Amino acid sequence: MMEEKEILVKVEHLSKKFCKDLKTSLWYGVKDLFNNVLGNQNENEALRPKEFWAVKDINFELRRGECLGLIGHNGAGKSTLLKILNGLINPDQGKVTIKGRIGALIELGAGFNPILSGRENIYNNGAVLGFSKIEIDSKVEEIIDFAEIREFIDMPVQNYSSGMKVRLGFAVAAQMKPDVLIIDEVLAVGDLGFVLKCFNTIDTILPETAIIFVSHAMPMISRICSQIILMEHGCSEFQGNDVAKAIDLYYNRFAQNESNVVFDDGNLAIKKVEILNAEFENNIPQLKWGDDLLVYFNILVKNQISTLDFIIIVNDKEQRSIGILDRNLDAIECAPKGESIEFKVMHEQLQFSKGLYSLSLVVRDRATKRPILRVNNLITFQISHQYEIWEPFLLKSTFQKTNI
Amino acid sequence: MELKTTVYQKENNIKIGKLLNESLNDIFSSRFLAKQLAIRDIKAQYRQSYLGIIWAFLTPLTTALVWVILSKSGTVVLSDTGVPYPVYVFSGTLLWSIMTDSINAPMQNTSAARGILSKINFPKEALILSGIYKLISNSLIKIALLFIFLIVYGVGFHSSILLFPLAFLGIIFFGTTVGLFVTPIGMLYQDVGKIISMGLSFLMYATPVVYVIPKTGILKTLMEANPLTPLLLTTRNLLFGHDIDYLNYYFGVMIVCIPLFFIGLVFYRISIPIIVERMSA
Repeated sequence: MMEEKEILVKVEHLSKKFCKDLKTSLWYGVKDLFNNVLGNQNENEALRPKEFWAVKDINFELRRGECLGLIGHNGAGKSTLLKILNGLINPDQGKVTIKGRIGALIELGAGFNPILSGRENIYNNGAVLGFSKIEIDSKVEEIIDFAEIREFIDMPVQNYSSGMKVRLGFAVAAQMKPDVLIIDEVLAVGDLGFVLKCFNTIDTILPETAIIFVSHAMPMISRICSQIILMEHGCSEFQGNDVAKAIDLYYNRFAQNESNVVFDDGNLAIKKVEILNAEFENNIPQLKWGDDLLVYFNILVKNQISTLDFIIIVNDKEQRSIGILDRNLDAIECAPKGESIEFKVMHEQLQFSKGLYSLSLVVRDRATKRPILRVNNLITFQISHQYEIWEPFLLKSTFQKTNI
Repeated sequence: MELKTTVYQKENNIKIGKLLNESLNDIFSSRFLAKQLAIRDIKAQYRQSYLGIIWAFLTPLTTALVWVILSKSGTVVLSDTGVPYPVYVFSGTLLWSIMTDSINAPMQNTSAARGILSKINFPKEALILSGIYKLISNSLIKIALLFIFLIVYGVGFHSSILLFPLAFLGIIFFGTTVGLFVTPIGMLYQDVGKIISMGLSFLMYATPVVYVIPKTGILKTLMEANPLTPLLLTTRNLLFGHDIDYLNYYFGVMIVCIPLFFIGLVFYRISIPIIVERMSA
């Protein structure tokens, strides 16, 4: 049995009020200022007019080596929570106890002056992050190498691309050896190579660090987080170690059933699409993992055209296309004007994992490959299975014991 | 190794001693940050300009020039100042500009740091300290110019000039103290900054900057009540080797400033999270 590592972050009943109106907000600011200075204790609990809870009753504990993911739609209170954890603003209720050195990647390259060179700004940024001159002196070469911008290091930062600034900022921040690391959505700007590099760095420090990570990129969340809080309107909507379930809940919030026509040359129109073998729940067709998928299409011909190719694409909840159904090999001739083309498509034994999927349809002229119609999100269906996994496929497999 | 524990919660009772202690510790530990920020701003200030240094004293110089012309042409009749009028008025406007700069510095620097204040937790006192560094660096240029005037106009140097650096730091100390109290409200409402700059431009005429204190009248009462008067006069008289008239008032102002400065630091420290909360997302 492994010994449990020490708790580094403890958050109890944390709440924060915000004001919707600027003038009122400033006035409350003046009042708070004098209340704080005079040590008044009144009006702790109640909301004042035009106020709302930006963060309400958040509780969690985080040990060394654990990573907490904070997810939720924009304005759910994630960044406010991070600001309180980072000590930038004070909570209205509750308590945060943090042990050890706190590092925050909320904004990379803080303290940069655009006119000064990259090298000079390493010192500015480093100083803001709490390094001493000697520390920066000894690390400056390492930082330049990590950022991979040696060629431009003496150029003014205003001529850097946003990706280069983030590289330099992260390279400096990566020198921190924090016990608690707070990461807001900052890594999104860099190119793929750099993002991977950042994650490698985070992987290396994770065992010795407690990380709080905010992101809208679920692949990143599922990659490093060991527990998760799904926030909505400042409250914790779901909290626990079941990262996949939280991500699933997060996606369901964005489930949209509206199909949209991306391209239409006016020759065809979708009349009806139906999953024939599904049961319905909340108006969404339900299938079990391992079922066949049987889809019926009815397409109205407005002008008769030649032989058609039907391409059916499967999208996951993040609107990534994850698969394509095999093309119709037998030519489907276009019906006469005013009539319908009807056909069924069958895919055997679905291996998608639990969750929501949608189909998109592309119709092309077989001979010229000219696009005729493209409809995204044509129909949505849900796969049920007992396992909550985040990956899009649950592939059938058997394990056999062998003696080697 | 024992880890440092940080607690964030709503403070219900303010312990001035503890806050002041933390504040002073942060000032001490943020010396490098303050220096770095000051170097950053000074470098940036000069790198994007050819006239650079000249801007530091151009405004007080032109104000002085206007008054020299007014007086030379006989448009305005001024009583005798005891030294050649150009030296009197140049020293007045230069010292006055140091005074207004130091009153404005805390708010200017805090405001300029809005971007990092809402993103990074760093010792905010570094902003005040770096402001002082910048003030000293900018003022040194002005003072050098002032010394040139002393030589050119034959006022020369007196032994009392050795005390001038102390008096100069006194001005910065006074200005920073005022600035610390103004900053928190000024960060919330822009009116404050405007009121200060307008107030100071009036106050200049109630301070013996470009003319001496009249012998009688309401202006005399006003000027003698003005706490900036002893500050400016003492500093200038040390420079000229003149007798110091308002020494008691001067020490009175300084002694009151000392506790106020520390209270100002605490006030500033308390106010920062509130300002950050109210100013930007």
